Amino acid sequence: MAVDVAVRAGRPGVPRVLLQLGRIVLMLVFSLPILFMIVSSLKPDTQIFSDLTSLRAFLPVGHISLDNYRGVFERVPAAQFLLNSVMVSVVTVAVGIVVNSLAAFALSRMRWRGRRIVLAAIIATLIVPFETLALPLVWWVNKLPWLELNGFSLVLSDGWLDTYRVQILPFIANAFSIYLFYQFFSSIPTELDEAARVDGASWFGIYRRVVMPLSGPAVATVAILTFLPAWNSYLWPLMVVQSEAKRPVMVGIQYFFQLNVAWGQIMAYSAMITVPVLVLFVAFQRAFVNSIASSGVKG
Amino acid sequence: MSHHRIHRRIAAAVVLVAASSGLVACSSDSSGTGASTADGVTTLKLWTHNGGNAQELAINKQVVADFNASQSKYKVDLQAFPQASYNDAVTAAAAAKKLPCVLDIDGPNVPNWAWAGYLAPLDLPEETFKDQLPSTMGKVDDKVYSFGHYDVALNMAVRKSVLTTIGVRVPTIDKPWTRTEFDAALAKLKAGGKYRYTLDLGTSGTGEWLPYAYSPLLQSFGGDLINRSDYKSAADVLNGPKAIEWATWMRSLIANGYMAQKSGADGTVDFVNGKTAIVYTGSWAADAITKKYGGDVAFVPPPDLGNGAKIGGGSWQWGLSSDCAAKDGAREYLKFSAQTKYFVEYSQKLGLIPGNTAAVDQLPNFAADGKYRVFLELAQKYAVVRPVTPAYPFISTTFQKACQDILAGGDPKKVLDKATSDIDNNIKSNGDYQF
Repeated sequence: MAVDVAVRAGRPGVPRVLLQLGRIVLMLVFSLPILFMIVSSLKPDTQIFSDLTSLRAFLPVGHISLDNYRGVFERVPAAQFLLNSVMVSVVTVAVGIVVNSLAAFALSRMRWRGRRIVLAAIIATLIVPFETLALPLVWWVNKLPWLELNGFSLVLSDGWLDTYRVQILPFIANAFSIYLFYQFFSSIPTELDEAARVDGASWFGIYRRVVMPLSGPAVATVAILTFLPAWNSYLWPLMVVQSEAKRPVMVGIQYFFQLNVAWGQIMAYSAMITVPVLVLFVAFQRAFVNSIASSGVKG
Repeated sequence: MSHHRIHRRIAAAVVLVAASSGLVACSSDSSGTGASTADGVTTLKLWTHNGGNAQELAINKQVVADFNASQSKYKVDLQAFPQASYNDAVTAAAAAKKLPCVLDIDGPNVPNWAWAGYLAPLDLPEETFKDQLPSTMGKVDDKVYSFGHYDVALNMAVRKSVLTTIGVRVPTIDKPWTRTEFDAALAKLKAGGKYRYTLDLGTSGTGEWLPYAYSPLLQSFGGDLINRSDYKSAADVLNGPKAIEWATWMRSLIANGYMAQKSGADGTVDFVNGKTAIVYTGSWAADAITKKYGGDVAFVPPPDLGNGAKIGGGSWQWGLSSDCAAKDGAREYLKFSAQTKYFVEYSQKLGLIPGNTAAVDQLPNFAADGKYRVFLELAQKYAVVRPVTPAYPFISTTFQKACQDILAGGDPKKVLDKATSDIDNNIKSNGDYQF
């Protein structure tokens, strides 16, 4: 890659040591808040504040214990919240990848009348902020029917509020994911489709056996970009989820902002809910960077 | 067998199963109106803002458990929400017509929620509230919409030893500091050089803290959030000479270096760690402060800035939703929960001021020499309820912004003129919030 080559060779006029120094500063800027969070999660509240004025804020010194983590589990059903968020995020990502890539495939590979208008309409929805849609959406999901199994009968119930599906289904189809897949699919030569057609492949066969296996970086990027908002989701579950049994992690952080704020517990809870995101990013980092570089999308 | 044939067979089988199991029926989910009935028992939903507040939630749960055990007709099902997001959850539920039967409400929001149709009058017998403290009742349009088990009292926590060392009088309930005394005390504390900031008014606070904490200071100067004679305009009270004097004084506290433009995240922790000399806080912080300083601490009223010392009044209260499908059951529950023993329980466990005078007799902490007596007296003597008007949420958010602008150095007259005009326009555009 052009970027890698430039970095390896060293930029003209910038001494290598300065470049390294710059990298270290950048690394500290991004990692110190995380280090502070983890270290503070091990300290009592009063020590967090008294350490703030020195480097001790970043060091596991003084009265170190797991009391804050114990406090988190006593104050909120943290395990339930984590499980809910994992479930909602994973399903949103998995189904979202299939649905959005299929839509993008139809837009980029198949030739049909109105294709460009549909694509423009999808992209246009990107400019509408979710906050403006939230209340009408609440109204809609409250009216939507659902089929439920009640013993041996199928029962038509009304309203999706306070369910897992209300946290998942509205976020499956995503204009940005469709656009990202569309961009990536457009870079795959159409000659491959024609070759597959000659071998008797259907459109779905081309999608499954030709296009998707070549789209690893796009899948990784969509996975990350879908997972993050699903994991960080706050406003929507606040509006539509009423029982603790179905509440996700981000709403849980508000439990700690009482009149006497439990800062140590906030740090412990934040550390617990940040780790899965970091793990996911590290796991997909290479593919994510490749995809961003190749599709020209800026985060 | 071709794929098409297999698909057709699967589809046919699905239809057959659906048809034989039969009864593809429509269910009317009555839980949407906060109550549902099964096997002769009506289950009522109850929402509270106490998610994460283990102590208060435990008492909520105890009252619910006691009620459920006391009879077999109704069952109350409690759902807890974290306080910071509670109002948003209620507003969304109201929009979806999915409010629970019983819910708690922050006192100043009661008029707005009653006006918006979220709440129904309690319609409980008058004797239920004969011992109730007025600041713990949500009375709107001459109807009782809510009642609370407790109240809280703002105060200033100071250390007697720190004040006497520099020759400053320790104020009392009956004799708060005057403005001159308070300004002089701040100057002396600052000159002592021991504290970077001598005063902590909680300037980093956001949301309802700002009107709750700062509108009593405004009222102490002689201004107010709205003209309370008809609740139709803020003109002259929010942007008159007294209000401008208040705003100028607030900013001067920062300009003189007495307090930070953005205080620490937790004023109680800073006070306990010796970073500030005077902290403006609520009775909820008393335990943490007393634990550190013992008998050296004094909880005193805010200064009398010309129009008498003032503190905010009104805390969380219980109400009945207008959508409730089982109002009789909800009223049964509310009446049950209004027993004096629960007022005692809330006060004993949380250290809050009991909302019922009958409960005071059973609480040693609030007896004449009790350690929390000071808060009861502060509430009785100086509490001013926030404006009882459906416009309050708008007044509150407008005042929040004005406070932040003033603390940031905005021109007092311009900021308050804008706030006044915004409030007046809002009231006018809502038809004076008539019921």
